[in-house]
Amino acid sequence: MEILMSILAGLLFTAGIYLLLQRQLLKIIFGTALLSHGAHLLILTMGKLNRGDPPILTEGIDQYTDPLPQALILTSIVISFGVTSFLLVLAYRAYKTNKTDNLEQLRGSDND
Amino acid sequence: MLQFAVLAPFLTALFVPFFFRYIRTVHTGWFVLPIPFVLFIYFLSQMGSVSKGINISSVVEWVPSLEMNFSFYLDGLSLLFSLLISGIGALVTLYSIFYLNKNEKLNNFYVFLFIFMGAMLGVVLSDNVYGLYLFWELTSISSFLLIGYWYDREASRYGALKSMVITVLGGLSMLGGFILLSYVTGTTSIREMIAASDQVIDSPYFTGILLLILLGAFTKSAQFPFHIWLPDAMEAPTPVSAFLHSATMVKAGIYLTARLFPIFGGTDLFFILVTGFGLLTLCWGSYMAVRQTDLKAILAFSTISQLGMIMSMLGFGTKAAIFAAIFHIFNHATFKGSLFMVAGIIDHETGTRDIRKLGGLMTLMPISATLAFFGTFSMAGVPLPFFNGFLSKEMFFETSLHITSTSDLVTAIAPIIPVLAVLGSIFTFVYSMYFFFYTFTGNKKDELPVKPHEAPIGMLLSPIVLVVFVIVVGLLPNLINEPILTPAAIAVFGSAPGKHIAFWHGFAPQLYMSLTVVALGTVLFLTLKYWRKIYNWLPGPLSANKVYDFVNEGQYKLAERTTNSYMTGSLRHYVLYILVFLVGATGITLFVTEGFVIETDDLAPISWPEIAVGMVMAIAAFATIVMKNRIAAILVLGIVGYGLSLLFVFFRAPDLALTQLIVETVTVALFLLCFYHLPKLDTKKQPVGSRIVNMAISISVGVLVTMVAIASHSSKKFETIAHYFIKESHHLGGGDNVVNVILVDMRGLDTLFEITVLGIAALGIYAMIRLRKEEETD
Repeated sequence: MEILMSILAGLLFTAGIYLLLQRQLLKIIFGTALLSHGAHLLILTMGKLNRGDPPILTEGIDQYTDPLPQALILTSIVISFGVTSFLLVLAYRAYKTNKTDNLEQLRGSDND
Repeated sequence: MLQFAVLAPFLTALFVPFFFRYIRTVHTGWFVLPIPFVLFIYFLSQMGSVSKGINISSVVEWVPSLEMNFSFYLDGLSLLFSLLISGIGALVTLYSIFYLNKNEKLNNFYVFLFIFMGAMLGVVLSDNVYGLYLFWELTSISSFLLIGYWYDREASRYGALKSMVITVLGGLSMLGGFILLSYVTGTTSIREMIAASDQVIDSPYFTGILLLILLGAFTKSAQFPFHIWLPDAMEAPTPVSAFLHSATMVKAGIYLTARLFPIFGGTDLFFILVTGFGLLTLCWGSYMAVRQTDLKAILAFSTISQLGMIMSMLGFGTKAAIFAAIFHIFNHATFKGSLFMVAGIIDHETGTRDIRKLGGLMTLMPISATLAFFGTFSMAGVPLPFFNGFLSKEMFFETSLHITSTSDLVTAIAPIIPVLAVLGSIFTFVYSMYFFFYTFTGNKKDELPVKPHEAPIGMLLSPIVLVVFVIVVGLLPNLINEPILTPAAIAVFGSAPGKHIAFWHGFAPQLYMSLTVVALGTVLFLTLKYWRKIYNWLPGPLSANKVYDFVNEGQYKLAERTTNSYMTGSLRHYVLYILVFLVGATGITLFVTEGFVIETDDLAPISWPEIAVGMVMAIAAFATIVMKNRIAAILVLGIVGYGLSLLFVFFRAPDLALTQLIVETVTVALFLLCFYHLPKLDTKKQPVGSRIVNMAISISVGVLVTMVAIASHSSKKFETIAHYFIKESHHLGGGDNVVNVILVDMRGLDTLFEITVLGIAALGIYAMIRLRKEEETD
């Protein structure tokens, strides 16, 4: 299962990177969102999958899945959410100011 | 005591602005004038003990742990240079008082000049190589400032920059040589290095050390092909040219070569480089001097050629040659200093330095003409007993005939040397005569900017003193032999030259060489206008200046082109560089270390619902790429997020699933909010080439991530620490939800700053929406 999930993470990365290389700001934000999904899945996979019950202590169960990667991912989800929303508003402002969201047209001039 | 001698000019420089600011009625130069005089008298007072072989030294600790100290040492060679620096420094200060009027930026001038004077004394007195380097660079910097004194002139700035670039290039390479030298000998003291000379010559770094140090000496002393900065340095005020660019700074390289002669002297490489470049510089400098039309440019090329002559004598390496070199250092400083001052007087009193506009000044400026007569004829080496230049030139010829051959190579080269010496001297004779006769004789020209008249006595005083030295040393050379020249020669060669300088050697070969120079030189001078066209094809279009300009501009162009080629301003390109590097570096490492392994014995069983969700996610991910419709793309992106939270459910991570579900919902909502304001998706495709590159890169990144993931999963080395968290969660954290206990108890700091991140993002978003320019509000 871990190998298949690694492949899935790789596919998410592939799609994310491809979007990152596009010209439109919105697509780039799609790309970062996919990349963070891929990264989260990867962290979870690296902690070994399905080795017991959810890490909530219950009488009579002594086999739990690894709680540490879950805590890390939880932190990461929140941070990437913050960054994504910031990026979205940034794209909105950039479009309002520059009347374009095409990165090729958003290059700085030599005088900047 | 010595450290105070070096310190004095720096302290003076510190006080100059006060004098300039508060006492405007008196020329600032008068206040600083006593310092070099006092120094000169101090060094004179040391003459007696130094000539008896008692050398003074003093050490001021600076960075003792690195053996970098201000350690000063006064022997014969240092004394000769110290006397020249302080003596000519005093005369130049005096001259500058009359040369520069009170409206000039005198505070700058004297500050720079005295920094230079102190630095130069530091160079010649330092025994520690790092101290020497420090002062060496200070001379470069102060020279840069002095050349650019009239900084509103384009030519001054060009000349200053050029001299800076060339001398600092040499200075840095010299530093490299010094570091190697102190590495090989294990000391930073020049005296101890000299004692370890054999160690240096036998070390594998010998060639490197010699080349690096000689590059420093050659650039500073304007040897071919680094001589090009000197003519451009003539944009400096004339007192500066007289002091720095004839008498002192340009001799720093000579000093260095002489100082380190005991280490390198006698080796073939040293002979070939120093003699070769010295003679080349001698001939080229004197040849080029005849071409110039500016008085100071003639003198600049003349300085170059005379420095080449001294350098070549140091290269000969015989006892007599060293003595002759030291004698000529002294002589050149006197006559060249006076000639520069005369050129300055002519410039000052006629308004031009262009030799084509000058002529017939003899009767108008009789004193200057007399001074120039002694200076130029001494420079030309005319065989009369009251020109000191003749004595040292004769010794130059003599030593060029007696080169002790240490190897076959030297023996093979030896016969060419006197020929080149005579050739260079012929042109020296020609430009000396050209300088004197074209300026002072012939027809008077009327169109001069200023009506020519004799200079004030104050201005003439300094060149008169120098010319008196020319004559006195010419008549009675042994006056300075015993107290100054012999100790200096001992300092370089190690033993006394036992030389008695005489005007008349009988009918020796060097006399015939001198007569040849005078005869051929006279012929060439009289036929000057017929052969001058030769300069059109040699150097013609070729010159070291063009090379310098080409390299100088070329490197700007090259740097600009290189930077422009990859700093395109396109974000896509930058991301590509990063990714290509990532893939390359990781991929190669993975390949080289054979890190890719697959272990299948510790895997979770495959279950179909999870695979189905995974496939849906993958399809949705690729669908976001091809979607043409904004809402569709956003929703398809949502599928990936919800799929992920489903996977979290399958993989027993309830908190994650919950958070992911909420975050995905909010994100999709945000996307939907924003998309209304954003333009439609770009349906125009990128060019095929870019698309192939994008595809290749993204696929290779994906493959790499998968490989790294599988490989690292397959090679788990240590037990997880999760057992600790699970065991202690209830006991220490008082909670049963281990993930939450980790987040707020075990690793609470992460959570604190994740909250901070969210807060900052929220503030940032608020600021972006609310704070904007007035006209943008919509």
